[in-house]
Amino acid sequence: MKKIALHDIHTSLNAKMVPFAGFNMPVSYEGVNIEHENVRKAVGVFDVSHMGEFLISGENALDLIQKVCSNDASKLVDGKAQYSCMPNEDGGIVDDLIVYRINAEKYLLVVNASNIEKDWNWIAQHNTMEATMKDLSDDYSLLAIQGPKAAEAMQSLTDINLSEMKFYTFEVAEFAGVKNVIISVTGYTGSGGFEIYFKNEEAETIWTKVMEAGADFGIKPIGLAARDTLRLEMGYCLYGNDIDDTTSPIEAGLGWITKFSKDFVNAEALKKEKEEGAKRKLIAFELDERGIPRQGYDIVDENGKIIGVVTSGTMSPSLDKGIGMGYIPTEIAKSKEKIFIQIRKKAVPASLVKLPFYKG
Amino acid sequence: MNIPQELKYTKDHEWVKIDGNVATIGVTDFAQGELGDIVYVEVETVGETMEQEEVFGTVEAVKTVSDLFSPLSGEILEFNETLEDTPEKVNTDPYGEGWMVKIQIADESQIEGLMSPEAYKELIGG
Repeated sequence: MKKIALHDIHTSLNAKMVPFAGFNMPVSYEGVNIEHENVRKAVGVFDVSHMGEFLISGENALDLIQKVCSNDASKLVDGKAQYSCMPNEDGGIVDDLIVYRINAEKYLLVVNASNIEKDWNWIAQHNTMEATMKDLSDDYSLLAIQGPKAAEAMQSLTDINLSEMKFYTFEVAEFAGVKNVIISVTGYTGSGGFEIYFKNEEAETIWTKVMEAGADFGIKPIGLAARDTLRLEMGYCLYGNDIDDTTSPIEAGLGWITKFSKDFVNAEALKKEKEEGAKRKLIAFELDERGIPRQGYDIVDENGKIIGVVTSGTMSPSLDKGIGMGYIPTEIAKSKEKIFIQIRKKAVPASLVKLPFYKG
Repeated sequence: MNIPQELKYTKDHEWVKIDGNVATIGVTDFAQGELGDIVYVEVETVGETMEQEEVFGTVEAVKTVSDLFSPLSGEILEFNETLEDTPEKVNTDPYGEGWMVKIQIADESQIEGLMSPEAYKELIGG
């Protein structure tokens, strides 16, 4: 089991720690509902240092990224980030990630913790153009500072004007007295805020200053449990749940990050799938009655016939109802407004809805 | 960790209060902490007779769902219906207002098999 830099600080805050992707991670502190609401209404800080970071550099860096990623990284300029995914050759997804352009020959790829080794090997395997690859995952920590008050709460820690930064841009700047911190306007909550990357040895200093600066704004530490309810209220895909090695970006609703303006792994097959229409589709639903949908529950029709499976589900703390996502045949998704979720012995009616669930 | 002395316990993290031939059942402080924020307590077995260890209901927390096992054989006499509207009482007062059901004890000899507070404390590593 690997240890994140701030492990002891989390346990001193009475965090419940659970093993996740080879790390002991804080899953909750005070309780998922309180933490969730704190992010929606004020600001919270998540330690997501388990995430992986790869530095891709050299004159062929962009070529490698264009080859393995579905989105068009040539559209990036310095200081801009892009959500993307890496398709495999069988129609599925190796991982989803964020690509940061530091400069024309230097890119940072941020990948899921559970996929670090798989991604590294996958990218290396396609690196015929000999770009320089460096795995920084063990050296860097990552805090997500999220919520409507995030910019205001963190402003005293940096000279960068945080409230003027645009979504999916970043700066490499001094933050909390530490130089070369990546301040990125990204996140996984839908409530605004930042993700900041820095070396492990700075983690304690930065954590302490973030908590001090945020104190007047009601900042709280937030665990992975609330991270999951927050992202699901927005309908953001979670790798391992809603997308994986067997789901295509087209059926997952990630067509918007799949750009056929350039060549990439499995582009031809995905283009065909997009043109012909995917056979199944990731849909979003809300339960009409009480109950909580969960990953793995069957989706059934009015006759009880299984038509799909729930990939993510929870009780939405903001909406106070059961919400979820799952795959069903596209024709059913188009023709029906009601589906049923099999919760133990009961088929609970659910309505198909448009994302996001939470509209702020 | 709060483990009241006057109660009996099970390995499934339930507490049992014996009052004559009626047992009041709930989940322990440890259990509510592990479950996290509780959203629903579902008991649809009132009036039914349970075997020991049989599932009499479920408790749904935001992150997980867990079956409730009858610690003793007997008829489910009553469900704490205030939990329909305020399931969070299981989190805030697991041994008091968060009680779940009352059971008519069918076989008093089963009481001896329940765990003492000391044994339960050991089970949860306290």
